[in-house]
Amino acid sequence: MAPASTSNAIQVDDLTVAYDFKPVLWDIDLVIPEGVLMAIVGPNGAGKSTLIKSILGIIKPIAGSVKVFGRPYSEQVSKVAYVPQKGSVDWDFPTTALDVVMMGTYGSLGWIRRPGQKEKKRSLEALEKVGMLAFKNRQISQLSGGQQQRIFLARALVQDALIYLMDEPFQGVDATTERAIINILKELRKSGKTLIVVHHDLQTVPEYFDWVTFLNVKSIASGPVKDIFNDDNLTKTYGINYKVAVNK
Amino acid sequence: MQLSDFFTDYTLRTITLGTAILGAICGMLGSFAVLRKQSLLGDAISHAALPGIALAFIITGVKDRNLILIGALISGLVGAFWIKGIVKHTRLKSDTALGLILSLFFGFGMLLLTFIQKMPNANQAGLDKYLFGQAATLVEQDVWVMAVVTGVSLFVLLLFWKELKLLLFDADYTKTLGFNTQFLDILITSFIVIAIVLGLQTVGVVLMSAMLLAPAAAARQWTNNLAKMVALASMFGALSGVVGTGISASQSNLSTGPVIVLVAASFVMFSFVFAPNRGLLARAIRFRRNRKDLNLKKTLTFMHHIVRNHENISHPHSIRILNNFHGFTLKTLSVLEQRQFIRIEGDQWSMTEEGFTEATSIYDQLGQTDD
Repeated sequence: MAPASTSNAIQVDDLTVAYDFKPVLWDIDLVIPEGVLMAIVGPNGAGKSTLIKSILGIIKPIAGSVKVFGRPYSEQVSKVAYVPQKGSVDWDFPTTALDVVMMGTYGSLGWIRRPGQKEKKRSLEALEKVGMLAFKNRQISQLSGGQQQRIFLARALVQDALIYLMDEPFQGVDATTERAIINILKELRKSGKTLIVVHHDLQTVPEYFDWVTFLNVKSIASGPVKDIFNDDNLTKTYGINYKVAVNK
Repeated sequence: MQLSDFFTDYTLRTITLGTAILGAICGMLGSFAVLRKQSLLGDAISHAALPGIALAFIITGVKDRNLILIGALISGLVGAFWIKGIVKHTRLKSDTALGLILSLFFGFGMLLLTFIQKMPNANQAGLDKYLFGQAATLVEQDVWVMAVVTGVSLFVLLLFWKELKLLLFDADYTKTLGFNTQFLDILITSFIVIAIVLGLQTVGVVLMSAMLLAPAAAARQWTNNLAKMVALASMFGALSGVVGTGISASQSNLSTGPVIVLVAASFVMFSFVFAPNRGLLARAIRFRRNRKDLNLKKTLTFMHHIVRNHENISHPHSIRILNNFHGFTLKTLSVLEQRQFIRIEGDQWSMTEEGFTEATSIYDQLGQTDD
């Protein structure tokens, strides 16, 4: 292993993904250093979710490799937590908020072993952290969109991972929830975690994130927000003359 | 027929026990099919089993029920995983794949059945019984097979309960935690195929999927807990078997399979209408009650609006001044009077202390939930 890569949380090399004939991701090279709070931005169909799913091994790429702390994902499962898009599951599933959060402990338990008191306690703590303790026994379909998003975040928190991959955690949540979530993310980064977030609201990128990746099938640019979050890269990514009021 | 026949008549007891166990295993596994949104998979699998039944007979030349079961099992499994393959590797959606495999296998099966009818083999009669099933042919050995399979699938279900629940709710997430979702998928699909094949003799190819889905759909209405849902679905399934067999035994010329399915369907109907919380009736009542309650609250807050400008809150006002407020009726006023929020004298109303406190607290609540 090259010594330079040891401080990289994730390294993507030559990643190409296609569902059909048209490539969704084309020859992506990406290095995500440890300890950053990174946004992935790009237009609809840019392959943002696909990139995250490829890193997690949910989607099999046509070519290329993904390394998590220098090793394949399958060997690093316990170090990575995933927050899928809220709309990817059926919220009418017969279960409670606490039960969904407990699912975050299943990975460390492994096959067959059931969660016990210890896992329950950790799940309750995670629920408290996202401000949802009062809803622990609520049927999940009775939760609002913002509350469901918090439950998903709590489930990832329980995993106690080093890297968090999140697919649009701010989608369809109100301002209060967005504020609550970003505070938790910033707190996680302070404790040395790496966070990778698919994000849509370009206005808030400089305020929320310290690292950014521009993606539109190809990787356009990746680096510190203060260096590369500019009109030039936005235009390259979104294809039109994009102007965003960036505080400089 | 009398109730005591259940305990004395050996054949009836065997059939009742068989259909009860069949109902239980179908309800249990059907819950998983319903929650995976693969309700129609059962239908496709049961139809896909038909060519297996026919081929088992053509190849061996004897009508051995165990050989036929194995033929049905193989053909059902091939159909099930073919469907999954189509969905995974082509751009066809699952409903198309299901319809395609269902009609392809069923058509091929029917073709084979007509071919068999023309064969010079005295044994051939009765294979078409698998289309609609014939519970009367159940013997003790069949019941034993069903009981053992039910026991095994219950054990496997409990063993992998955590993983299967996770797979049902969020398959992608299951994968990221390092679980082999393909293994889990094959496991649950295989058991569903086995349950269907076990039921073919009793309920038949055409109606088998109802055995799988109806108890689960009924059970979902009564609970928001997966374990309770699976248990309840098994109970509904078993009960459908027992009641259905009882009804068909008490009347001559009533085929058992369809009666069991109809009993299961009536469980579904009843549950859809009368279940608390999710039932149609409960929802309609809740809707009406909420509307009425809102109407009352709106009227009261409107009155509060008028009253609070007066020094004496119980100063009487004419009912007519409420006219430009939509949503109040004389009935609303009388309910408000019953609750002692207002007093009515002739065509005048006045607010009570209680009414004023209530209206103020409604305002406060609205303020709190406005965030």
